[in-house]
Amino acid sequence: MNWFVEILKAILLTVVLFTFLAVVAAMLGVLAERKISGWIQSRLGPKHVGPQGLLQTVADTVKLLQKEHITPLNADALTFNIAPVMVVVAALLAWMIIPFGPAFGRVLVVRDINIGLLFFIAMASLIVIGILLGGWSSNNKYALLGGFRAASQMISYEIPLALAMMVPIMMAGTLSTVGIVEAQAGGTLDMGNWFIFGGRFQWRGVIPSVIAFAMFLTAATAETNRVPFDLPEAESELVAGFFTEYTGMRFALFQLGEYAEAFAMAALASVLFLGGWHGPVLPGVAWFFIKMFALVFFLMWVRWTYPRLRFDQLLNLSWKGLVPLGFLLVLLTGWLLV
Amino acid sequence: MGELAAFIILAIVTLLPAVVVVTNRNLVRAAMSLIPSFLGVTGLFVLLGAEFVAGIQILIYAGAIAVLILFVIMLTEGGTGLAVRQVNEQRQWGALTAGILTAGLVVILLGTPWQITAGTLPRSNVEAVGIALLTDFVLAFEISSLVLLVSLVGALVIARREQ
Repeated sequence: MNWFVEILKAILLTVVLFTFLAVVAAMLGVLAERKISGWIQSRLGPKHVGPQGLLQTVADTVKLLQKEHITPLNADALTFNIAPVMVVVAALLAWMIIPFGPAFGRVLVVRDINIGLLFFIAMASLIVIGILLGGWSSNNKYALLGGFRAASQMISYEIPLALAMMVPIMMAGTLSTVGIVEAQAGGTLDMGNWFIFGGRFQWRGVIPSVIAFAMFLTAATAETNRVPFDLPEAESELVAGFFTEYTGMRFALFQLGEYAEAFAMAALASVLFLGGWHGPVLPGVAWFFIKMFALVFFLMWVRWTYPRLRFDQLLNLSWKGLVPLGFLLVLLTGWLLV
Repeated sequence: MGELAAFIILAIVTLLPAVVVVTNRNLVRAAMSLIPSFLGVTGLFVLLGAEFVAGIQILIYAGAIAVLILFVIMLTEGGTGLAVRQVNEQRQWGALTAGILTAGLVVILLGTPWQITAGTLPRSNVEAVGIALLTDFVLAFEISSLVLLVSLVGALVIARREQ
């Protein structure tokens, strides 16, 4: 009956992870985004529901749950309804390999698999399908254009994302996320061996890892369709892009998927470059969340500071800038290892 | 027991959408059905302990090839939303080819001595694949990367000429 227990465990962990994402990534994320955008633009942001507007997203979620589901008349109904679920499930599965830190004598991670990072990228690539199908099945030209833009953008930026990941992978010599965090243990204040500080290569390792870190954040922003790379949902030209026709909770599912993926990218960046749960004094889980939220704040800061790129600039940046740079970094890291 | 159940479920997940791929008259639906089929094959790879191949299967097939096929169908004029004819005038030739292929496969399958005992799994799939590619199969690896490079450059040249 071993497999039966495993299935039960999997279902339970899925529920826990989904609740965590819905509360932390979607609700808290949206609230933080609105508060930070208000702060950057010198206005107050949500203020009325609950103390300091803290319950605003809860109220919004309740409202979205009550809204009617509208399927456009000539839409491909089956595909239209499956697409948002695909996005959310893929974003949720990507969280499977994120280690939260040591607790109760083990590392808090759903599964520490051998091919952890490969799995993460594979899940990120599945999100594209959901978005493309959602855009097509709406039977709306703006949605279709948004879907196309999303697909070409996300496929272009998957490559620099994977190449940026190669630097910590080569330094640690493993694809497992727990293995990568463990390779960054020790050093001054338990911080000295973070890959952003060069890992065990000291100052020589700083150059490739800092560039890779910047590249990872750029590619992650593009991969999650956030400003300055939000062309798939550019509201000034495409209404709302691929989710133009979606209403109520299906629209919310797309949002949930987007925020879950953005948070997953922040979490993965802290695992790959910032030592995961390692840090002085505070417990490991606290350090993990501090780093993740610092990076989430950084992503939001960028979002409300920079204007949107043009589409040719976006593709040129990936294929002519980041991809060759990524190969150079892999070469440089290889040279350090020898 | 669990393994058998998993195999049966994964086989159904792989084969049912595959049937939809060839029988559905809507091209986008057919292309869409490829995805669960690819994911089922991924599950079979995991069941065999080949996790690296499984990861690559999702990344390349579901994440790239399926998207490419969908992209092409959606960009083709009149490619979406209409019922496409599924047979043409060459039905007998098609049946003949399929029959010969099936017969050949059955002969080969029956004639192969299948090894039942399991070998030892390497500690890490990724490492084993990498070492095999750069030692025993280095020539094949280099040739295939050269072929890929040539096709990449060729695609660029064709795209340039059209401008």
